[in-house]
Amino acid sequence: MLEYRVEIALWAISGIIPFFMLNIWTNNNLNESINISDVMLSRYFLCAFFVRQFSVVWVVFSFEEDSLLGKVSPYLIQPLNPFFRYFAQHLAEQITRFPFALIIAFFFFLFNPESIWMPNLGILLLSILSIFLSFLIQFLIQSIVACLCFWTEKASSIERLLFIPTLFLSGLLAPVVSFPAYVKTWIYLTPFPYLIDFPANLLSGNETNISGGLSMQILWILLLFPLFKKIWSEGTKKFTAMGS
Amino acid sequence: MVQNIIDVRNLSKSFDISSKEPGIKGTIKHFFRRKTKNLKVIKDISFEIKEGEIVGFLGANGAGKTTILKMLCGLIYPSEGSISVSGYLPFRRKENFLKNITLIMGQKQQLIWDLPPIESFYLNASIYDLDKLEAKKRIKKLSDMLELDEEIFIPVRKLSLGQRMKSELLAALIHEPNILFLDEPTLGLDINAQRNLRKFLQKYNKETNATICLTSHYMKDITSLCKRVICVHEGSISYDGKLDLLLKKLSPVKDILIVCRSEEDAIKLEKYGFTVKNKIKNEITIKIENNSITSSLKTILNNFDIEDLFINEPPIDEIIGKVLIKKDYDI
Repeated sequence: MLEYRVEIALWAISGIIPFFMLNIWTNNNLNESINISDVMLSRYFLCAFFVRQFSVVWVVFSFEEDSLLGKVSPYLIQPLNPFFRYFAQHLAEQITRFPFALIIAFFFFLFNPESIWMPNLGILLLSILSIFLSFLIQFLIQSIVACLCFWTEKASSIERLLFIPTLFLSGLLAPVVSFPAYVKTWIYLTPFPYLIDFPANLLSGNETNISGGLSMQILWILLLFPLFKKIWSEGTKKFTAMGS
Repeated sequence: MVQNIIDVRNLSKSFDISSKEPGIKGTIKHFFRRKTKNLKVIKDISFEIKEGEIVGFLGANGAGKTTILKMLCGLIYPSEGSISVSGYLPFRRKENFLKNITLIMGQKQQLIWDLPPIESFYLNASIYDLDKLEAKKRIKKLSDMLELDEEIFIPVRKLSLGQRMKSELLAALIHEPNILFLDEPTLGLDINAQRNLRKFLQKYNKETNATICLTSHYMKDITSLCKRVICVHEGSISYDGKLDLLLKKLSPVKDILIVCRSEEDAIKLEKYGFTVKNKIKNEITIKIENNSITSSLKTILNNFDIEDLFINEPPIDEIIGKVLIKKDYDI
């Protein structure tokens, strides 16, 4: 069991990109250009770390592997869409990661005591909701891409194309507020800023449009869900039960 | 009258297959101008299966047996024709249809690798809407039938292939389906495990009147379970009927080894008019047609001093092997 515990711990640690970005931002005083204090910026990146921990999705890789190895076939003849299995696996993984994320937060506060804060209960609950919605958006996007496995054997390559905008426009490397105004207008029309930037700003106490952000998250889910259902129903007709 | 539970009419299935030449040149060519061809793997087949029947699908590798099973259970979409299983169109995968069937593919597992089988059993039980008490009852019943004990509490990755296969079977049957699609269920199992699995399937069929469609390359699976076989040759049905009829047709004679008391008797027997296969001292092997075995044996016992007598069935694998390479059997 030791190897599993280490794997989970390493997994949690692997999501520390926001801390590297915090270091780059503060060492170069980049935050001054966007009028965010050091403390608020460090809280933002800590929250970005937390949001990432609980919204990261890998369903396209799992589904692709299972498709190629013929493991999807037994799932398809059960009265439950196989994506519910992957959904449950993700939730279980998030619960397992939680203690490790708390340990990392503890060390973060140990070295940055000025950043310690406690969001009020209302904000905390809205943040949890927003993180869950962010997870749902990412899960739906990846599930749609995963369904392309019914047509191509390498759907994960298509997902990698999405990784680039996700990395730059989601707020993982920089808060979206730091982008030029005309770019921001376009970014806010995409689902990407609602994946990390919005929930992280909400949780860290930075100024943000709560109702607007939550509405956009729900809107994207409502748009993506029927698309997923359509691509799933068309894809299963193309299924060749490869590898089984 | 027993109802048809499976009805297949003019079923065909085609796949687009791409091919690639070896080497870098072949890879570049494959990337820019992929060669694909449409391959018809199932060609206009029709058959019915009655409730409670155990039917064996026979055919060489790539003949199309597994593709037929996959279409029957709704896993793949047919290109042409119609299929009705339990009154449902399988590829629509309606909940009530899926609750009535199961598919077991040898070596392809649905058990969660890092957890004990019992966890997968309870997971499947909830997928099929069984309450915990009912699930427990069924796990107990099936574990007894499959002779599974403490193994169900050990992580799957630590179980032997036989134990894993039995656990797979339990996981696949927890919802008590009335149609079982088994694709080489005994693949890789040792002789005892194979025998136990066959015994279990016979018992399950007897107790639940479940319909079983089975493919296997182990002839013992077919002969001990199936009264009826459907032979598939290059996507078409070459024979559909009783197994014993097929065997009689393909092997109309039996070898009889007769041990005479003296060599003189053996010589006399050799000259009597039977077709002699070989003779060594007082032992003589003759060929007798199936329909005249009783009368021929009566003649031999009445006219010769016999010490011992053996009737040898020709090896079943040899007979079935003939079926796999022939296109049509009119019996």
